[in-house]
Amino acid sequence: MSLEHSYRAIVIGVSAGGLEALSLILPELPESFALPIIVVQHLCEGRENNIPKYLNSKSSILVKEADEKEVIQPGTVYLAPAGYHLLIETDRSLSLSLDPRVNYARPSIDILFESAADVYEEELIGIILTGANNDGSHGLRKIKQLGGLTIVQDPVTAASDCMPLMAIQATEVDHILALEEIGPFLRRFHSTL
Amino acid sequence: MLLEAVYHRYGYDFRHYARASLTRRINHLFQRSGLKHLSEMIPKVLHEELFFDQFLNHMSITVTEMFRDPYFFAAIREKVIPALRTYPFIKIWHAGCSTGEEVYSMAIALKEEEFYDRSQIYATDYNKKSLFIAQEGIYSISYMQQYIDNYNKAGGKCSLSDYCFAKYKSVKMSDSLKENITFAHHNLTTDGVFGEMNLIICRNTLIYFDRTLQDRVLNLFADSLCYGGFLCLGTKETLDFSTVKNQFETLSKREKIFKKIT
Repeated sequence: MSLEHSYRAIVIGVSAGGLEALSLILPELPESFALPIIVVQHLCEGRENNIPKYLNSKSSILVKEADEKEVIQPGTVYLAPAGYHLLIETDRSLSLSLDPRVNYARPSIDILFESAADVYEEELIGIILTGANNDGSHGLRKIKQLGGLTIVQDPVTAASDCMPLMAIQATEVDHILALEEIGPFLRRFHSTL
Repeated sequence: MLLEAVYHRYGYDFRHYARASLTRRINHLFQRSGLKHLSEMIPKVLHEELFFDQFLNHMSITVTEMFRDPYFFAAIREKVIPALRTYPFIKIWHAGCSTGEEVYSMAIALKEEEFYDRSQIYATDYNKKSLFIAQEGIYSISYMQQYIDNYNKAGGKCSLSDYCFAKYKSVKMSDSLKENITFAHHNLTTDGVFGEMNLIICRNTLIYFDRTLQDRVLNLFADSLCYGGFLCLGTKETLDFSTVKNQFETLSKREKIFKKIT
């Protein structure tokens, strides 16, 4: 990994155990953190989703739910709304889809990661965290294939090790990190936005 | 290039669909087609009618259910229908009606609010196969439990089973619901105004369009609505980026119901 390499976006996929994992990583990032972070967390569809508000209250950077056609801004965390797939357009805007579930999941991590890889290619960092299914393996592999940086949470530290394990099996991942190492690791990246 | 070819040959315009999800669908079709190169799809789509049908169906996969987003239907009963009661007769346009579940849901809500007899519903879609299914009104019984839950949450006054009858693995919507519904072919990307409406429902269709096409369609809706008429969008959709934004005020921020004030 070269620190001179300029990255422009981070995508994170997480499932069971997601709230705790994100609560540990996001507060580690300083207010000046410049990269946007787009997150798919597998969620139950309910009336209210308080997770963006909760995470926003714990972070120095802005955390919000992704809005239809919203243009991605630096230093902002976007969370996929429950029940919708989240995709990235070539003009760096976010779009939603109600296509059928993929691996029983909507939002699907694979769908986000694959569309992000198409747009950002080698300027993308992809991170797979704890989870109980195999969503995200294909997506992470595509990120790697297009030259991006791939990180997986060490299965040993994961609340559910299935998703990290499947991701590691599918791709030669660049870094396997314990949960508490991920925030400090990301702090080293600044984009030239 | 494929989209240009489809437009020139068939008149279906996918050129301003949101690219990311469109690309995904095209890739999916390509993987299932057994072709070796994406460019091979162009002659196949242009010259093989069956393949074009497949293409068209792939482009309009929509997930729908009866009383989807039940609180939306509750808001219709509580806020929209009371406001429309002053009219002796109303016209409703369900744009992008897909396979019809949401149209029948509206019909049921109107019946229970004793407003059905004063309503004429136009249900349109560009996909003829979906329209056919909508017209038949026959759905798989496996979804019924979900539909019953939705119906109840939406403020249903009786029982969903009062409006349909079951046979084997299917459920057929009763003919009385169809009396005031006209199903018709209409393409939002290319077609124009066909009547003056009191209520337009177009939910979770605009998310598949880019901003340019969204604006075209929202202008079409604004032109098709009478003063005081209502426009209903999907829960994550917005008027914010459109040129018609100032023609509306928000009746329900959460359920995305807007009232025309010009």
